[in-house]
Amino acid sequence: MNSKTFLYILKRIALAVLTVWIVITVTFFVTRAVPGGPFLGEKALSAEAEAALNAKYGLDKPVFEQYITYLKDIVTRMDFGPSLKNRGRTVMDIISSGMQVSVKLGLIAAGCATVIGIVLGAVAALRRNKIIDKVIMVITTAFVSMPSFIMGTLLLLLFALVLKWVPANGAMEGGLILPVITLALYPTAYITRLTRSSMLDVLGQDYIRTARAKGVSGVKIIFGHALKNSLIPVITYLGPMLAYIVTGSLVVEQIFAVNGIGRAFVSSITDRDYPLIMGTTIVLASLIVIMNLVSDIMYKVVDPRITLE
Amino acid sequence: MQKRFTMHVNVDDFLPATDAEKEYMVQMRPTSTFFKDGVKRLLKNKIATASFIIVVLITLMSVLLPMFWPYSYDQMLGVTPGRPVDPSFNNLAPFQYSTTEQQWKAEGYTVFPHIFGTDSQGRDYFIRVVYGARISLAVGFFASIIVLIIGMTVGSIAGYIGGKVDIFIMRVVDIIYSLPDTLMVILLAAVMKNALEDVIEGTVLASLGVNMISLFLVFALLYWVSMSRLIRGQILSLREQEYVLAAKSAGAKPSWIIRKHLIPNCISVVIISTALQIPSAIFTESYLSFLGLGVNAPMPSLGSLAADALNGINSYPYRLVIPAIVISLIVLSLNLFGDGLRDAFDPKLKN
Repeated sequence: MNSKTFLYILKRIALAVLTVWIVITVTFFVTRAVPGGPFLGEKALSAEAEAALNAKYGLDKPVFEQYITYLKDIVTRMDFGPSLKNRGRTVMDIISSGMQVSVKLGLIAAGCATVIGIVLGAVAALRRNKIIDKVIMVITTAFVSMPSFIMGTLLLLLFALVLKWVPANGAMEGGLILPVITLALYPTAYITRLTRSSMLDVLGQDYIRTARAKGVSGVKIIFGHALKNSLIPVITYLGPMLAYIVTGSLVVEQIFAVNGIGRAFVSSITDRDYPLIMGTTIVLASLIVIMNLVSDIMYKVVDPRITLE
Repeated sequence: MQKRFTMHVNVDDFLPATDAEKEYMVQMRPTSTFFKDGVKRLLKNKIATASFIIVVLITLMSVLLPMFWPYSYDQMLGVTPGRPVDPSFNNLAPFQYSTTEQQWKAEGYTVFPHIFGTDSQGRDYFIRVVYGARISLAVGFFASIIVLIIGMTVGSIAGYIGGKVDIFIMRVVDIIYSLPDTLMVILLAAVMKNALEDVIEGTVLASLGVNMISLFLVFALLYWVSMSRLIRGQILSLREQEYVLAAKSAGAKPSWIIRKHLIPNCISVVIISTALQIPSAIFTESYLSFLGLGVNAPMPSLGSLAADALNGINSYPYRLVIPAIVISLIVLSLNLFGDGLRDAFDPKLKN
């Protein structure tokens, strides 16, 4: 790694840290700007009770002081404060229990999407303009255009309610199958198309022709020469794929009643549970930013041909 | 005998052409403009043309049908002022009539059929889907226009002025670009709803609904960055092109260069990316509506219709399938049309 690459990585890390800080700041001030306190939806409170609650949660202090305390708590102890609606639970508690489910869901979906996408893409590229290529391209185009909530609800309808192959509830045995499929379909389709086009690109290169000319077998060309280079664009997609899976999990967990962080986020918004809104936004956003950072850096490190700005 | 290679030249081959021969060689074709060329290429693309027709049909239906449809999207058919609520209007299957309507029919009146039945509150489902499509298309269209205007202004300022202004704008763009957009959209949509309520009270904007406005604001705040990046890049690279240099050295004024060289070369990219922005805006709107953060309650959107249908999915699956098909059709055909537009007007961008 030369000093230029190192400098680039440093710059990207700085941008990522800045982004996370901006997310925290925006989240904090935006939620504080909402008229009506966090206790608005509840039974009418007496003035004293409201003051006591405000004092308990530190809402009576100046906003800027609250902000500094909040920032300090996050950085030093990963502490997002107590949840307002789920009495007795901290935000971090809810997030970490939700994460256990969501991470499992997301990782399985990401893994399936990557493996199946690369295989299908390679097959489509090798059988270019044959029937199988056309079938793959038509199906992936359809999947890319279908919003995840549509896909999820239709799958739920077909496989859980009509055919009754799998349970409709995500918490039940085998209930994660449909959420995983729903989450994985779009990235699979995308990776298939990406692999196909970059594989076609690579197969047209001179070094592949050279390998063919010296008599290397077809399979060896694909796996020894072409695949590695055609996977480079796929690496850049890993970051956006995670972002898609995180946002997709918001609706997917809602549809299939999976108790993950996405569901916690959505219900925190309807509950106006501000600490939980802020906590989940910050955790999910940081996750996306970090994953984008990693895939960017990997991209530059893996392919030395790419010039750095 | 076999003909040998000789150096002797056949003189006949070198005679001047007669007028008739010249006529045969010259073929005058009508001149074609850039736009005509593009449209021709677009029409050759069957998929893009078919998608365009579908989009136009859906748009026309969503604009025209509500004008003469006997039911409106928020009319609860079973509710008549001064009379008890008639529950037989609720949850009708497609083409089914309520007991009251059957009575009317028996009396000889014609009753307009409920093509998709009615929902749990006795509202005609067909017109709700039509309205939903209208809202989705309107949001997609106007959001893209907002994105286009902001992105174009900022992008061209950054590209033209350059220097420190450019660096500053591009840093801001970098940061907004690296924000996880969907999360920010959800957060802003959720929060702005409450903050906006007081601000727009009593103005024209109030009729649009708070959620709709916050949706547009969110688009205006977050989604202009890629458009401005694109336009800045276009202007930067176009400025350095040799034909611009040639025009300059031939004494062309800046206004000429902008009108004759920069805008025509920029415009196709701008139109194409605006066209591709529309389906993604529709995507976002329906996603937010599905989560309950989109359009306001009685107003339907394809996303909120799908979300409502989720509750009765066991008994009334078609209520989910219909908006699902409509939204997929809209997004798919807009995407395919945008792709066709790109291939036709900017072949360089292909792949």
